Amino acid sequence: MRYSALRILKEGLTGNKGWKPVWRDPEPKSEYDVVIIGGGGHGLATAYYLAKEYGITNVAVLEKGWIGSGNVGRNTTIIRSNYLLPGNEPFYELSLKLWEGLEQDFNYNAMISQRSILNLLHSDGQRDAFIRRGNAMFLAGADAEYADADQLRAELPFLDFDNARFPIKGGLYQRRGGTVRHDAVAWGFARGADSRGVDIIQNCEVTGFDIEGGVCRGVETSRGPIRARKVAMCVAGSSSRVAAQAGMRLPIESHVLQAFVTEGLKPVLPGVITFGAGHFYVSQSDKGGLVFGGDLDGYNSYAQRGNLPVVEDVAEGGMAIMPMIGRARLLRSWGGVMDMSMDGSPFIDRTHIAGLYFNGGWCYGGFKATPASGWCYAHLLARDAPHPVATEMRLDRFARGHMIDEKGMGNQPNLH
Amino acid sequence: MIINHPLLGPRDAAEFVYLGDAALIDRPDWQAKDAAEQFHAYGYLRDNPAGIHQELWYHEQGDRSWLVVTRDTLTHEITDVQIARDVARSRGRSA
Repeated sequence: MRYSALRILKEGLTGNKGWKPVWRDPEPKSEYDVVIIGGGGHGLATAYYLAKEYGITNVAVLEKGWIGSGNVGRNTTIIRSNYLLPGNEPFYELSLKLWEGLEQDFNYNAMISQRSILNLLHSDGQRDAFIRRGNAMFLAGADAEYADADQLRAELPFLDFDNARFPIKGGLYQRRGGTVRHDAVAWGFARGADSRGVDIIQNCEVTGFDIEGGVCRGVETSRGPIRARKVAMCVAGSSSRVAAQAGMRLPIESHVLQAFVTEGLKPVLPGVITFGAGHFYVSQSDKGGLVFGGDLDGYNSYAQRGNLPVVEDVAEGGMAIMPMIGRARLLRSWGGVMDMSMDGSPFIDRTHIAGLYFNGGWCYGGFKATPASGWCYAHLLARDAPHPVATEMRLDRFARGHMIDEKGMGNQPNLH
Repeated sequence: MIINHPLLGPRDAAEFVYLGDAALIDRPDWQAKDAAEQFHAYGYLRDNPAGIHQELWYHEQGDRSWLVVTRDTLTHEITDVQIARDVARSRGRSA
């Protein structure tokens, strides 16, 4: 056993000098069966499931920085499967089921906590829409529960039920939703992939693709060329930059989304609460900080930081629905770069170049999708056919007129 | 961000609504043989560069003008602002 109370005691008394890295730091080989570009949550999950479910272990994960340095370590850690459309909901429900078994599966404590997610509603029309969505969730095998205002008043007395603009009339619960220790997800997948023979190669930036006659035969990297039978892009946030090296233009804009954490408080929030009408959502971490966020800043950005108008807007949303938040002091805030797709839904697909595959467009919802994204991408790479729950997530869906537009916003990425 | 409006001077970006890449000025010819492909690219595909980006901003809380703003997506620095009508006219797109 690698970890035990006895070991912690021994290491604590000897300066913690005996801990060893749990994955290797290999030199890149000249050739692999599969090269995955991007050592984030999705890339590492893909490598893990390729090795574990499909026995494909001659795999490299190439990461420009260090693993988990991107959005898997910069999100607000929420998991849920409360979608409406048939192109999305079965996929996200598979993801939630994988989350439920993940810690046992990769033998790593990811602190998965199914503390529920609640979407607040404010009008009769919104109640109808939410109940319809709850029914769509049932159809995909998910759970949903309608709560009226009296129930919510008893459960969440701190909300501003009589808000003049958005009085709370009820909400849609998904009790199986919750939060996860996000960094541990990257580490758990990385250790599981590495122990099965996958090479995780950090500080290795892909600088070009080796494409001959419409076939991708490998990548150029900052650590030399690497040949591969299959090359899998998995770099949401930077998808357009990487795909441009293969001459592709994507239905994606990069946008910055900010998130915020307060100082640690005693337990006040039982689960995740979303106030869609005010563009605000909040949960409480295990350390006690309130973790919250709101809208995109709304303009193309790769800067990993946002601007003050959205900070103000998010704070106003919080004050509107949960006035007690005004007494908490903000500890930190940060911005992450999102692949915002033209319909708000992701892609797991082949490209028009043989041997080159694409996973991206996760908008601001990539974290909850991590296990299913890896599961379905591994299926696509191993079998060359889409997984049954990801058949709609195609790059050509706009040309075919089969958008997966949950919000009905059209091709305006900053509104999804 | 402060957008230096050509007519009104420096204005807070919060007064504006963002549309997207200024390439949206160049609407394809609907009578072209490959109009379907062109409109797919026009409506759905984007360069999305990391660096200098020309984009359309609408001054909704101001004079309701459309602007072409040249901005660096890595730093948010704005280097040029023009009235979109002038840009469109220079490309022969507007009366």
